[in-house]
Amino acid sequence: MFRKISSKSWFSTAILAGVLFIFSVVSLFVGVIDMNFGDLFSGGEKLELFFITRLPRLLAILCTGTGLSVAGLIMQQLCMNKFVSPSTGATLSSAKFGICLTLVFLPASLTTIWTRAIFSFVFAILGTWIFVWFVQRIQFKDTVMVPLVGIMFGNIINGVTSFVAYKYEITQALSSWETGHFSMVLRGRYEIVCLVVPLLILAFIFANHFNIVGMGKDFSQNLGVNYKFVLFLGLTIAAAITASIVVVVGEISYIGLIIPNMIAMFKGDKIRGTLVDTALAGALFVLICDILARIVIFPYEVAIQLIVGIFGSILFLFILFRKLKHGRKAIRLNKKEKGGESA
Amino acid sequence: MNVKELIKKYDGKAVVDSVSFEIQKGKVTSLIGPNGAGKSTVMGMISRLVAKDAGIISFEDKDLSEWKSRELAKRLAILTQHNNVQMKLTVKELVAFGRFPYSGSRLTAEDNAIIAKAIDYMELGEFEDRYIDELSGGQRQRAYIAMVIAQDTEYILLDEPTNNLDIYHATNMMKIVRRLCDELGKTVILVLHEINYAAFYSDYICAFVDGKVAKYGTVNEVMNKETLSKIYNVDFQIMEIDGKPLSIYY
Repeated sequence: MFRKISSKSWFSTAILAGVLFIFSVVSLFVGVIDMNFGDLFSGGEKLELFFITRLPRLLAILCTGTGLSVAGLIMQQLCMNKFVSPSTGATLSSAKFGICLTLVFLPASLTTIWTRAIFSFVFAILGTWIFVWFVQRIQFKDTVMVPLVGIMFGNIINGVTSFVAYKYEITQALSSWETGHFSMVLRGRYEIVCLVVPLLILAFIFANHFNIVGMGKDFSQNLGVNYKFVLFLGLTIAAAITASIVVVVGEISYIGLIIPNMIAMFKGDKIRGTLVDTALAGALFVLICDILARIVIFPYEVAIQLIVGIFGSILFLFILFRKLKHGRKAIRLNKKEKGGESA
Repeated sequence: MNVKELIKKYDGKAVVDSVSFEIQKGKVTSLIGPNGAGKSTVMGMISRLVAKDAGIISFEDKDLSEWKSRELAKRLAILTQHNNVQMKLTVKELVAFGRFPYSGSRLTAEDNAIIAKAIDYMELGEFEDRYIDELSGGQRQRAYIAMVIAQDTEYILLDEPTNNLDIYHATNMMKIVRRLCDELGKTVILVLHEINYAAFYSDYICAFVDGKVAKYGTVNEVMNKETLSKIYNVDFQIMEIDGKPLSIYY
């Protein structure tokens, strides 16, 4: 039933973009200090506020939503598993471990946002590579095993992080990255998150390569695509996106897991056709969650991770049940059956 | 394609041992043999999926390893059974990947024409917007063949194309193989388990035993009681149907 939509693929993209635009405008005018559209033209203090907090916050939200959902999309394709994402593939926890190390081992003069970014980037890549290398070595038959191993591996890294943080008494400093929030996004300390944009463009250029690698090693080699190179490139892009988000916003789960799955239900797995929608839907999801986080206990705000966690888990259950209902086949995504059965 | 003294070892044990043969252009050649005889490994090596330990595989007068991967993808296509079948790609999107070695991500009008022709040739027109994970095994196999046709290579290598297909679809598959050769002029190399399919639909048979070529020749040269009994270690009777040898084993 969803197949018909794909021929008019621009339609869903246009709707998503339109809704995202409306919510973006709403987001700009939600806050403790009352601001309306006219204030932007009258200049003064309110205009300054707009450029110091409101606009940076919106940009950070958009980059976070698009980035994490696309990172999830890439990881799911490359690992041939629908349940792999930055949070279930050890990427997020490795990035946090990197931040923890900068706080402990670098002299205070060197712990700028840039050194944190580099450390979290390097560790996110290493963590993801190790995870994928491990998964490929073991060759699990069961789809669910792969994300379970990722979650366990991520928790081990988290454990080490907590231990180091506890030992060097930086638990409190680190907690800012434990639960993602946008309240500290201000001009001058969020710009790094915009690295997501060039990385997304890179992902779009290599979209077909990721698809081909997702079809398997033999398939890629038949088409003259360097399997290992594309695998490492894709994982590196996903890890870089994740790291640049974690270092500014902190950890936000679920987005990379649910958004690509929801879009794929409607539009299939061809990345060129789903990447823009996935990015827009991710941004929209984070934006709505952020607006809720800001108004639910107004004038205070709750960490976005909390809201994302609630809605994310509900949506995740929805995806899970839908897959169960529409045949066991859909949930054993990774099983390399040789195709004797009728679909 | 010329193979000389090909060797592949796993854990010090040679699974392919000094294999030499020459593939005839424009013909269908089947590689047969009991399990573990090395036929799939040979197929893997001549299609560059598996690295060889020693020997020469010369393809169009150049060693296979000297070919650029993308150039080779325009001359030689390999289809194995190890594809991710859960991917939600439409038949059309899958077939379009066949043009990847030529045009990358930007399909030209010519590419689109070739894709449409390949889909038609495999009679997949009504399925072209269906996702491949919704197709039956036989239809999916045809979609992969359509992709290989769009890839427009002179050589087509198929690793157990009839695997897990019922008699109807397997027979259809073999007829397609024959058409690829007779109508499109392709050189087809197959790994087959079913000897009678090999006998009925191929021109040449290469039989493997214990990593060595036991017998290589035309269908009639290989399909006789002595050779087959020696290869498979079971009793064979050879009958003739439609002028072609068929084996009965028990």
